[in-house]
Amino acid sequence: MTSKYFFNKYYNLSNIISLILFIISIFFLIFKGLNYGVDFKGGTLIELRSDNTNYKTEDIRGAFNKLNLDDLSVKKFGAESDYVIKFKRSDLNEPDFIKNLKNDLDNYLEDYSFRRVENVGPKVSAELLQDGVTAIAIALAAMLIYIWFRFEWQFSIGAIIAIFHDVIITLGIFSLLSLEINLSIVAAVLTIVGYSMNDTVVIFDRVRENLKKYADIKIFDLTNLSINETLSRTLITSVTTLLALLSIFFFGGEILKGFSFAMILGVILGTYSSIFIANPVLVYFKVSQKTLIKEED
Amino acid sequence: MLYFSRLKIISIIVFCFSLIFFSFSNFVNNEEFFLKKKVNLGLDLQGGSYLLLEVDKNPVINQTLQSKLTQVRNYFKKKEIKTFDYKLGKQVVFFKSDISDQEKILELFKNDNELNPYFDVYKSYQYNVELIDNIFELTLTKYGIIEIEQSLLDQAIEIVRKRVDEVGTNEPSITKSGSNRIAVELPGLDNPDRIKSLLGRTANLTFRFVTQNTDASFGSEKLKDLDTGEELNVSKRIIISGDNLIDAKPQMDNINNETVVSFTLDRLGARKFGRATKNGIGKQLAIVLDNQIISAPVIRDVIASGSGQISGGFTFQSATDLALLLRSGALPAPLDIIEERTVGPDLGEDSIKAGVLSLIIGFILVILYMIYKYRLFGLISNFALIINLFMLLGFLTIFEATLTLPGIAGIILTVGMAVDANVLIFERIKEELKKEKNKVIAFDNGYTLSRTAILDANITTIIAALILFVFGSGPVKGFSVTLSIGILTTLFSVYYIARLLTSIYVIKNKNNEVTIK
Repeated sequence: MTSKYFFNKYYNLSNIISLILFIISIFFLIFKGLNYGVDFKGGTLIELRSDNTNYKTEDIRGAFNKLNLDDLSVKKFGAESDYVIKFKRSDLNEPDFIKNLKNDLDNYLEDYSFRRVENVGPKVSAELLQDGVTAIAIALAAMLIYIWFRFEWQFSIGAIIAIFHDVIITLGIFSLLSLEINLSIVAAVLTIVGYSMNDTVVIFDRVRENLKKYADIKIFDLTNLSINETLSRTLITSVTTLLALLSIFFFGGEILKGFSFAMILGVILGTYSSIFIANPVLVYFKVSQKTLIKEED
Repeated sequence: MLYFSRLKIISIIVFCFSLIFFSFSNFVNNEEFFLKKKVNLGLDLQGGSYLLLEVDKNPVINQTLQSKLTQVRNYFKKKEIKTFDYKLGKQVVFFKSDISDQEKILELFKNDNELNPYFDVYKSYQYNVELIDNIFELTLTKYGIIEIEQSLLDQAIEIVRKRVDEVGTNEPSITKSGSNRIAVELPGLDNPDRIKSLLGRTANLTFRFVTQNTDASFGSEKLKDLDTGEELNVSKRIIISGDNLIDAKPQMDNINNETVVSFTLDRLGARKFGRATKNGIGKQLAIVLDNQIISAPVIRDVIASGSGQISGGFTFQSATDLALLLRSGALPAPLDIIEERTVGPDLGEDSIKAGVLSLIIGFILVILYMIYKYRLFGLISNFALIINLFMLLGFLTIFEATLTLPGIAGIILTVGMAVDANVLIFERIKEELKKEKNKVIAFDNGYTLSRTAILDANITTIIAALILFVFGSGPVKGFSVTLSIGILTTLFSVYYIARLLTSIYVIKNKNNEVTIK
């Protein structure tokens, strides 16, 4: 029963680093906030492709600047001459809006086409945001309850702390880099919740099995043993999932970039946290064979 | 866990083959294939427009209360109870009575089905009455409003369907969404401007006289003439309305060389119109659409035929649209467009290409990695993975599920995560092989001992996917669909296909050296 690697030596150090990252992320989320896309903020998004390769972002921005649009942002989107233009609009009901916009734009740009137009009214965007937050909250609660049924409460808390860690730091990085938060990011966050849980549960399952087997090993070493025993699985699964995600990130087109980036962060954080966050929590709670016996009474 | 009965093996093979067979329905000409189903492509992949419309119920609530006001006043008059000071507020009717009658009035609102219906049927009222500072406040109850919303939505969706159908787009989908919304999906349509302008108009058509004096019994209102730009005083008395129309079409008027909309009236409408034109020769007749005058011609002759023309400086397009609106009928309430998403066909095509490319690359990477890690058992796992993908596609085909771009991402993610179960098993078998000399037992233990971890892992992912299915909207929903079906097919492929192949191999080689690298 010798462990190859001593992960438990780094419990304290990793927890301090995680805590710092977590607090920094919270600061970013509070003071910088998230860059909501039109799904959650409302407004209009236009994906424009120009066939004129001489255009630069400044030219596109300049053209749209002349149209008196509120809260305008123009960004390059992908490698080709594609741009995403976003602005606020109060009335979605004006049926000729896009037609008129194109007519005005014709004065300043040529050889362009709209590949995608999205208009989201304030009512819908508020609902979508609420639905997204509700979905994530329910997912967390459902995971908490599930693991509570399957394991003891100490495990449950360990897993939830690990998930919070992953989600908050992922969102913190999105805030830091001002990456757009849209509906697909909510999907990514939910999948991260599932993945992180998945990773943690596999290790916890082994911890519990070992708790029953070895009465004499302290939880500090027992978690390390369990992590080592499941390590190759943890790594192989992370690698295959990352391979799939990297493939989406590099070849799946611009629309899936944010989604796959969030997932990549989530998988890396999830793998790390299932080892370095979830397990130390069991140590702090001094989980032992008694914990299991008590529960079975 | 390594033993399979012959019946079981046959069932597994039949099950896999039928799903794989279904999945081929997507690659062949459906006319010659027995299964007429295909996976639907979402609007983000095939291009098209999505519109979410909300029915504005407030005008109808006010109308309902307005007529309720009249009904209540007449009701108490008949009962000889003195009520007075009727006033229509914002979604509320105020009135007063003598203090001695107050109890009785409240009682009547509770018990008389004629005054406050629904209670007998629904055990709840349509109206709610409260006495505040000696003033009665009559409002619609929650159920009263729901009832209005439902009937509005039913009527509106009918009209929306007619209008969209008339434009002739390809397989539109028009569905209710919530209590007061209509979702319109128009595949292949990359410019929804015309549909939007058609759905954005109530198309309430009335024929009314232009009057000089303010008519005592009906009243009049000032409306703008779109043709001339001047304001005319129009009587509120309606001679005929759009309901009386049975047909309308655009036409070229050869005399004035302009486009007009010609219409045909039903019998009742024709009679009314005939009478009105007979009595009103020399008067100006205003043709009013959504509170704007299209034109106001002077009546020169009796029109008894029940057909006529509307002119108003139309282009051929605007005449066609007006005729279409008149044929489909008026919307019961205005519709607001609250969400709109349009994807051009070339972007959709690019998304499919990118999605498929990343699926193939992700798939190859995972397959190579598994062979590198597990050699022969990697091959077994990869074989299960391929079957898994076809089964996933087969299920999507049977359910005619909608595949979206995030849905493709869900499939790729399934590829990455599907091998997890096999990895868990193989790693466990490796451990067991160190302890156990009998290979069959070691493999068996490996499967048994890893089962709870695999179930836990997949249940947590399925929980996340289901929550996303309930709360997600649009393309993102497609992600949860492929992810959840993917988990189920993964479990099947791991426990039935990979395990079957593993057991065949192990039992054959039980006396030879068997290692999982």
